[in-house]
This record gives sequence, C-alpha cells and structure tokens, in this order.
Amino acid sequence: MKPFDFKRSTDAARAITLVAERPGAAFLGGGTNLVDHMKLGIAAPGLLVDVTRLPFDAVEELDGGSVRIGATVRNSVLSAHPLIRERYPVLSQALVAGASGQLRNLATTAGNLLQRTRCLYFTDRTTPCNKRTPGSGCSALDGHSRELGILGVSRSCIATHPSDMAVAMAALDAVVRVQGPGGTREIPIGELYRLPGATPERDTTLAHGELITAVDMPRVSGRSAYRKVRDRASYAFALVSVAAVLRIEDGTIADVCLALGGVAPKPWRAKQAEARLRGGPATEEAFLAAADAELERATPTTNNAFKVPLARNTIVATLRDLAAGADR
Amino acid sequence: MEMTIYLTVDGEPRTATVDTRVTLLDLLRERLGATAPKKGCDHGQCGSCTVLLDGRRVTTCLAFAVQHDGAEITTAAGLGTAGKPHPVQRAFLDHDGFQCGYCTPGQICSAVGMLTELDAGWPSHATPDVAARPERTADEIRERMSGNLCRCGAYMNIVAAIEEAAG
Repeated sequence: MKPFDFKRSTDAARAITLVAERPGAAFLGGGTNLVDHMKLGIAAPGLLVDVTRLPFDAVEELDGGSVRIGATVRNSVLSAHPLIRERYPVLSQALVAGASGQLRNLATTAGNLLQRTRCLYFTDRTTPCNKRTPGSGCSALDGHSRELGILGVSRSCIATHPSDMAVAMAALDAVVRVQGPGGTREIPIGELYRLPGATPERDTTLAHGELITAVDMPRVSGRSAYRKVRDRASYAFALVSVAAVLRIEDGTIADVCLALGGVAPKPWRAKQAEARLRGGPATEEAFLAAADAELERATPTTNNAFKVPLARNTIVATLRDLAAGADR
Repeated sequence: MEMTIYLTVDGEPRTATVDTRVTLLDLLRERLGATAPKKGCDHGQCGSCTVLLDGRRVTTCLAFAVQHDGAEITTAAGLGTAGKPHPVQRAFLDHDGFQCGYCTPGQICSAVGMLTELDAGWPSHATPDVAARPERTADEIRERMSGNLCRCGAYMNIVAAIEEAAG
C-alpha cells in the first residue's frame, strides 16, 4: 500500500479545506470500502481525512415533519432509529438487508452512498476496467457479467451501484446535503449519481473536496417496503432489489414511488412504471404492465438476461404485498 | 507516516507508534500480542477478526489503527478466563460450537455484540415488522450471525450455543 498521511478534524470546514487543497486526498468514513480498495491497490489517496468525529451523528425531525439523517450516523444505528423504523420502514429494511452486523456498525450514511461497484473487474488490477483505469476497456462486456447492470449502462461500463440503502432513499425522494469549498448545496438523490456514458470513472456529481453532511427525508404518505433477491439468504449483494412506496385511495393508486437496485449504475428510479401506475387500478395486471414498461429499455448481456424477468417479478411481488397490506 | 495512539485492550491501557497503513487487526496481533482476533479473508468478508470496539462488534481488518485512537477494545480473550469463561464461551464449549476453532474468537465476540443489539431492540432482516421489537428466535440469531463464516460448518451448534447463552 502506498504510504499516506492521516488527519482528523472535528470541524467540517477544516476537513473540507484539507481535502480540497490536496489532489488525491480523500475523506474517510467507516472505511469498509475505501480501506479495502487501498489494500487491493485500486485506490491510493496521499491523505486521508477522518470525518467520523464531525458533529453529524444525529437523526432528527425537522419542522414540517421531514427527517434529517447525519452523514456519520452508522448504518446499524440508523436502521434501529425509531423515526426510521416507524416512518420509513423501507429504509430500515434496506439497511438491515445490506452487509453484516459488524460492517453496519462501522459504515456511515455518507460512506454507504459513496461506496463503489462490486464488479469483479473493477477490484482486479490485472484486468482492463474503464471505471478504474479510464480507456483500458471493459472486461465485463464479454466476460463475467451475471451480477451486472441491465439499465442505464453503456458500452464503456455495465457496473451496478451496490447500495441497498440508496435504493430506499431514491424511492423516498431523499435530498443529499453537501458542503464544499464554495458553500453548501442540496442535491436530489437522483442527481447525486451519474450514468457511465463514456466516462464511467466518475460515479457521482460531487466535486473534489465536497463533503456530504446529511440526507433529508421528506414526509411520506403510504406504505413502503424493500424486497431484495440474492444468491444466498443473507450477507450478499442484490441481484435485484425493489424499494416501493404505495398509496391507494378508493381502490386507485393515488401515488407510487419505485426504485430498483442491482440492475443499474445508480439506484434506478422506475419513472416509466410509476407513470403507468398512477391513477390506475392496484391489480396484478397493472403491476405487470408497469414493470414491462420500465424494463422495455433493458440491455442485458447473455449472462444477466435473467435479471429482466427477475426484476419484473420482484416489482410485481413488492407492489402486490404492499397493496394487500402485508408487511413484507 | 507514523502516529502514536492510545488504546485500551482487554482492560489494559496500551500505547503504540504505528505507520498509518497498519490495520487495527495487525496492530492487535503483531504489535500488542492480542492474538484472539484472527486474520481470515482480510477483506471484511469472513468475520474472524471481530472484536468489540467501544462495546460494538466490528471487523478489525478494514479499520486503520490510527482512526481508532482512544478506543476501548475487547477481544474474545478479554471476555473471560479459562477458570471463569463468559457465558457465551461456556455455551460454545458445552455445545461443541466449533471444530478447528479458527473462527471461534470472532464468532464469540460477534455473538456477544449481537445479543446486546437484540436486547436493545435493533431490527434485523429476519424481523417480520421492523417497527416492532424483535424476538430472540433461532432465525434472528442465524441472520444476525451471517457475517461470521465457519469453514468447518459448525453453524448448528453455534446457534444452539448462542440460544442457550441468551437464556
């Protein structure tokens, strides 16, 4: 591992300055992804600035009923927080569906959002990968792509975003609060991530030195749930996951928000499916038609074509359970 | 770059000057002689390096030691003694919760941390309603222990041991 300097700050502005003024510097949260990448030799920051002792460790209710989640709140603490369990069950469910108990005790809110793909080629320095080494090529296109993306991918990269938490946040219209050298800004979570296009090396729209300080969760009305399909019952990344919020009035879908995980370079908000569903009946036929409308644009490889029917069935099952009033 | 850090390891205050690249696991094992936590995968996937860090179970292979300056660490060796084992250690013996024993210190620290989480009412993927208080079922224990792998496959007895220790 390349030697690096280590600094810690309890002041956000100071931490931001430390990173912003040094190319190759990085913020360090729980470390469960970045430390691994440094061991694997695919990340080599010259300076780590520990941000876990910044005063962003609270979950609090704001005026108007929204909830602010601090950037350094550990995933385990967040999943267990009464405000999250009662108001946003989809988020609590997504959190406990991810990683292991030990990792959730380390991982932070901001770090979870910014974790990188688990594509095997990205983490293997001996193979070409446009995300790791721009211009080197994509090994997955003609290689092992069973776990990889079917929506929003490009000829440069078909990697998926691995987070469960972010999928739930996408369905909940979360807003990411960011502080940088030039001030603060708020980014709807859908605009935090970028699609790979010809430049897959950049996962997000954040600039160097910009620090996520919190995530705001708007009030939600309706029932919500997270459903994750994976190769084993626990401690595995999603092949497909669905986060859904559904509100039915007089037998009609008054509102629905749907996000998919495990299928795209970002938490995939299924806007086509939502548009089909709003104002219509909450029937299995309607759920199927909506899922098909979303997945019409899928561009799977021969290895991951199974994800198209898997995503369709998972969308239908999630909505059916919510419509029936079942808990999960 | 080297830094001096202070830790409490199994009740003893310790000081160490370490390169920033040293993980908490390597510091404990190679420098401080605390060899209960084991190096299995070294990538956060197997759980054999689990300790209690300020009371919470964590993997130590994905943590740089310098980030945890001031922390209080309890390894499996600090939970009990040969003459007076921790109830979870006693139950692992009584139920043959291991064969080769390599994953055992991590399993035991994880179990102790996990039971604290369960007592605090934290939900898991096995909890039918995340808003409700979870029950102490075998399903809950299995799900919550999924971050600890055992290549001998002693899982049945591990679950039985934890169920007994939980009372």
